[in-house]
Amino acid sequence: MYKKINKVLIANRGEIALRIIRTCQEMGIKTVAIYSTADKDSLHVRFADEAVCIGPAPSAQSYLNIPAIISVAELTNADAIHPGYGFLSENAKFARICKEHDIKFIGPTEEHINKMGDKATARRTMIENGVPVTPGTEGILSTVEDGKKEARRIGYPVMLKATAGGGGKGMRIIRKEEDFETLWAQAKQEAAFFANDDVYLEKYIEEPHHIEIQIAGDQYGNVCHLSERDCSIQRRHQKLLEETPSPFMTEELRHKMGEAACKAAKAIQYEGVGTVEFLVDASRNFYFMEMNTRIQVEHGITEEVTNLDLVKEQILIAEGHKINQRNYYPQAHAIECRINAEDPFNNFRPCPGQITGLHLPGGNGIRVDTHIYSGYKIPSSYDSMIVKLVAVAQTRQEAIDKMKRALNELVIEGVKTTAAFHQQLMEDERFRQGKYTTKFMEEFEIKNPDVK
Amino acid sequence: MVNFKEVQDFIRAVSKIGLSEVDIQTEELKLNIKFPAGEKESQGVKEGFQIPQFQMPMLSGMSQQMGSPLQAAATTTTPIEYRQETKEDDKKLLTIKSPMVGTFYRRPSPDKPIYVNVGDEVTKGKVLCVIEAMKLFNEIESEVSGKIAKILVEDGSPVEYDQPLFLVEP
Repeated sequence: MYKKINKVLIANRGEIALRIIRTCQEMGIKTVAIYSTADKDSLHVRFADEAVCIGPAPSAQSYLNIPAIISVAELTNADAIHPGYGFLSENAKFARICKEHDIKFIGPTEEHINKMGDKATARRTMIENGVPVTPGTEGILSTVEDGKKEARRIGYPVMLKATAGGGGKGMRIIRKEEDFETLWAQAKQEAAFFANDDVYLEKYIEEPHHIEIQIAGDQYGNVCHLSERDCSIQRRHQKLLEETPSPFMTEELRHKMGEAACKAAKAIQYEGVGTVEFLVDASRNFYFMEMNTRIQVEHGITEEVTNLDLVKEQILIAEGHKINQRNYYPQAHAIECRINAEDPFNNFRPCPGQITGLHLPGGNGIRVDTHIYSGYKIPSSYDSMIVKLVAVAQTRQEAIDKMKRALNELVIEGVKTTAAFHQQLMEDERFRQGKYTTKFMEEFEIKNPDVK
Repeated sequence: MVNFKEVQDFIRAVSKIGLSEVDIQTEELKLNIKFPAGEKESQGVKEGFQIPQFQMPMLSGMSQQMGSPLQAAATTTTPIEYRQETKEDDKKLLTIKSPMVGTFYRRPSPDKPIYVNVGDEVTKGKVLCVIEAMKLFNEIESEVSGKIAKILVEDGSPVEYDQPLFLVEP
């Protein structure tokens, strides 16, 4: 059923809020920005048609404040809310509340989020639909003894995971039975952070590749995929760099993984854009890891190699348009470096502060997604990502050369950033050859230029 | 030194003339103001939210003297308004700000009397107004005791977090 969207409230901040506003402006859709007091000088506030302060700096009282956000939507007559990524984007309750207030949540439904948000439930859904998953427990483990029994069945090494966890929390690798009880206790304690300390076990795949498939589904049950992104370069489960196509990919593997991802989406009649994450082992066996029911930080590299606007697709799907029944494949090579306000030579310690000088790279094949400007004060209350730098070229080698050039051109003064780390990464032999797995950052040695 | 009051008077005078855009540059100050193109936005209850005071980088050095930085008018469709800041008025006045987003009402319901008027003495804890959000009415209590010097928001208009509502003379 087609229903035009006229005004979107962006329930987010930073670069993604600006990203959404830009597409809305192109589509002639009015925008409402919300912001905390810490973000009053933020760029997304400046470029929206209307902007409302909703609370103090702490996210719980501002960007996670559902009543305040719904109030703003009602006061400004917004007919849709775009949640961006993080914050409330995968909050099933928020999706439901939007629906109850006749506000279109630009994303999946409460049911989709619930089905995929709970990792144990997601695994079960995949198994029921013939999508390969890492061997593991079918449900939650009630006792440590059950855990040990299952671990013996699956075979060490195993990974104990919190069903509600994220960002690497509530996870422990267990290599032998002697360590089981200690690591069980640790994982459970961390998992309790998510108000749910339920854990399950999976076989731990040594040195996997983290390869995810972008999918899109409309309101009529049609689903398609937009190929893969390789996100194996991670530090403490936080992605640092992403690229497409994956240097580990083959046409056959892409076809199989794409098909599996579409099967997963079709199984729940997924609506919106989403990402199915897989682990791929050295033999190119792939296993479902989890599904993210939102737009992702790294969506831009898929856009650059397919010439699409995924935020626009989200809005069109939300309005009730049908998607083309075809898949999309990379027509070029794109790499994204996430530049954070962190000191890469001091354990990536966050360095909020004021940007006193800024020059952003440009030119052929360079895309910069950022909310920073000269004079901007990076608040300490939120994540440290400040610039997404994307290089696009016909070949992987050229994309690396472009990224290297762009990183050299980039100037950010006043705060420390991870740009220097990315420069070293572009020179790393294993990276340049495309031979890396999720273990890469454990072995990567960053050279501190100050140390003689 | 830039005299904020002079700049403020200048802008008020210019807005009355009915120009659409003014550009002014001196050694100390660079100003660009765009006025709405003759559109009359209804001053009714559901007025759109103003784009808040945005610090233009070139004026940032003068922000202390300027008080409320000027509004960047490029995309606004409603006339420039000034948030009343205590700095420019009597420095002894205390500002009571909104603790939430919602609609500001001066009475508990249309048939009941107004909570407070200018000149009223209030004690700490006295209900000054209600702010309605999602059909729930939240009583806003005064954090200070004193006399209501000014009411900054019109009855029935939307307010945002931290928006100044009342000026109180302690």
